[in-house]
Amino acid sequence: MHTDLITFLLHMGDNTLILSQRNSEWCGHGPVLEQDIALTNIALDLLGQTRNFYQYAASLSGDGTTEDSLAYLRTVREYYNCLLVEQPNGDWGQTILRQFLFSAYQYPLYEKLKVHPDDTIAAIAAKALKEVTYHLRWSSEWVVRLGDGTPESHSRMIKALDNLWPYTGELFDPASYEQIAAIDSAILKTAWLDRVTAVLAEATLPLPGQTFMQSGGKKGLHSEHLDYLLAELQYLQRTYPGNEW
Amino acid sequence: MATTDMGELFQQKIDKEIKIEPRDWMPDAYRKTNLRQISQHAHSEIVGMLPEGNWISRAPTLKRKAILLAKVQDEAGHGLYLYSAAETLGMSRDQMVADLNNGKAKYSSIFNYPTLTWADMGAVGWLVDGAAILNQVMLCRTSYGPYARAMVRICKEESFHQRQGFEILLVLSKGSAAQKAMCQDAINRWWWPSLMMFGPKDSESTNSDQSIQWKIKRKTNDELRQQFIDMIAEQVKILGMTLPDDKLQWNPERKHYDFGEINWEEFWNVVKGNGPCNKQRLDARRKAHEEGAWVREAAKAHAAKRLAKVA
Amino acid sequence: MNTFIRKCYYGDIPDQKGAGTPEIHTDFTAEQWPLWEVFIRSKQGLDHKHAGSLHAADAKMAIENARDVYTRRQEGVSIWVVESKHIHATNPDEAESLYEPANDKIYRHPAFYDLPDAVKHM
Repeated sequence: MHTDLITFLLHMGDNTLILSQRNSEWCGHGPVLEQDIALTNIALDLLGQTRNFYQYAASLSGDGTTEDSLAYLRTVREYYNCLLVEQPNGDWGQTILRQFLFSAYQYPLYEKLKVHPDDTIAAIAAKALKEVTYHLRWSSEWVVRLGDGTPESHSRMIKALDNLWPYTGELFDPASYEQIAAIDSAILKTAWLDRVTAVLAEATLPLPGQTFMQSGGKKGLHSEHLDYLLAELQYLQRTYPGNEW
Repeated sequence: MATTDMGELFQQKIDKEIKIEPRDWMPDAYRKTNLRQISQHAHSEIVGMLPEGNWISRAPTLKRKAILLAKVQDEAGHGLYLYSAAETLGMSRDQMVADLNNGKAKYSSIFNYPTLTWADMGAVGWLVDGAAILNQVMLCRTSYGPYARAMVRICKEESFHQRQGFEILLVLSKGSAAQKAMCQDAINRWWWPSLMMFGPKDSESTNSDQSIQWKIKRKTNDELRQQFIDMIAEQVKILGMTLPDDKLQWNPERKHYDFGEINWEEFWNVVKGNGPCNKQRLDARRKAHEEGAWVREAAKAHAAKRLAKVA
Repeated sequence: MNTFIRKCYYGDIPDQKGAGTPEIHTDFTAEQWPLWEVFIRSKQGLDHKHAGSLHAADAKMAIENARDVYTRRQEGVSIWVVESKHIHATNPDEAESLYEPANDKIYRHPAFYDLPDAVKHM
C-alpha cells in the first residue's frame, strides 16, 4: 500500500506538530509582547502545516483515521519527528536558534517538494514555503541580534549552539521512507549549511566543528523529552476515549 | 477663573460628542482616569492570556488547539493596542508593566480564578469574554479618541471569541455524561466571578459618576451587569444547563431577570490579592519580564551597533 | 493668556509620543525599545492609513512586528513604519488659524457652481 508515503507524511507532520507545541509553550511568557505574538504566529503556521500533512495521511489510511487520531492516539515509538524539534525550549535564545536551524532546513526542503510529482504534497509545500520564508527571515534576524548583541546574549547563543548542534546531523541522514521525497539529502545539506554559515558569521558566532551527531527520532527512537510532551498533548483524548470535542 | 473656562470648554466638547485627542487640553483627572482605566484594561488582556494559555498544550483536537492559540494571541495583540493608547497619555509601557509587576496596578480579578478543566475554555469564552464584550462595545464610543479606536479594532477581532467558547460548551453539553458534568461544573464556577467583572454596585462605585459625565463610560456597572444576565439566562437554555442562582427569575414588570446577591466579600478579597491565583499570575508575569531582560537588552545593543556602523 | 496656555497645555512635549503631565512623565528612551507608528495599505490603490503603534529595537523588527500584530487577519498589503519621535504635528490651539480659514472658500467645492442640466459628467 502507501506505507512509505504515509510514514513520510507522518514524519513531516510530526516535525511541525512537535515544534509548534514547543513554541506555543511561550505564549503568554515571551520576553516582550510583540515577540510573544510573533512566535505564536509561527506556532500557528506550523500547526496548520501539521494538519495538512495529517489530513492527507488520514485520507490514505482509511479505517476512520483522522488528523486527531494521528496526533492524539499514537505512542512515542510511533512518532517520527527529528530529535531537534523535541528539545526543550531552554531560554529565548535556544528557542530562536532551534527555530532557525529547523527553518533553514525546511526552506530548501519545501522548495524541492513544491515540484513533487504528488500534487497534494506539492500544494502543501507551496503554501508552507511562504510561511517558512518568513520564519527563516524572522529567526535569522534574531540569531544575529542575540549573537551580536551583548556579551551575555553572545555566550547564551554559544551555549544554545552546543546544546542543539548534535541534533542537526539527523536532518540529512534520510530514513528509508524519505525516498518518497526524492531529494538528494546532500543538496539539502549544502543549502542548509550555506545559510547557517552566513547567518552565524553575521551573528559573530563560531560555526561548531565536527561533533558526534545524535539520531533516532525519525525511526521512533526519541529522547526522554518527547513522551512528556505527548502525555500533555494527548491527555484529554486518553482520559476520555472516543469523545467528541 | 481661567481653569474653569478650560474645564467648561472641555465639557462642551464632550457634550457635543467631539472626541478628545492626545494633544488636546484635558483636565488632569480626565487624563488620570483614562490612564488608570486603559492600563488596567491592557493588563487584564495580558494577565488574561495565562488562564487560557494553561490549556493550549492540552487542547483536545488540533482544530481547538489552533483556535485557542489564535485567541490567546489576539489577547496579546489587544493588550498591545491598549498599552499604545495609554502611552498617548504620557506614561511609558515600561512604567505600566513595572506597575503591574510590582503589584501597584490592578487588572480584572476574573483572571485570578483557575482554569481546571477543558470546559473552562468554553466557560471563559462564553461568560468572561461575553461580559468583556458588553463593556468593550460600550467603550467603542468612549470620549478619548485613541481608546475608542483601540476598542473598535478589538471588538472586531473579538467577535469570534465568545462564539468559540459557546461552541465548546455546546459540544460538551451533547457529549458523554462526564462531559456534561464538566460543562455544568465550569458554568457553576465561572458564573458569579463573571458577574463581578462589571465592578461594584453603582451605589458603591466611586468612579462611575464622573466617568459617565466625561463619557469615558456610557453605562453604569449595574446596567451592563443586568444586560449580561438577561442575555446569558436565555443562552444557557440552549445548552440545557443551569446557572447556579436559585433567585434567578424573569421579572415581567421590570422586563429583566432578577438575580441573587453577589458575594462582595469574595470580590474584594480577590481584588486585594487573595484570589486563588493572584500570586501565580503575577509571578508568571514577573518571571517572563525578568527572564526577557537580556533579550531586550541584546536587541537594543545590536540596534545601536548597527546604527553606529551606518553613521 | 499665553502663560496660561503654557501652564495648562499638556501636549507637545518634544521627542516623545503625545502628551504627559510632569509627575507621570518617565524617560521613554532609557529602558524600553523605541516606539514606532505603523501605517498600513489595506489594498492596492488605497493610501497607507495609521493603524497603531508598537515597540521595536530597529526598523526591521518594527516592520515584522507590524506584520505580526496588525495584519493577522489579512488587513494589509504594504506596511510603513516610522519612529514616533520623528513625527511633527500641529498644535490643537493653532486649529483656528490653520483650519478655519478654509471654511469660507466654498468655491473650492464643485457643488458651488450652477450648471445647466444639459452639461453632464463635469
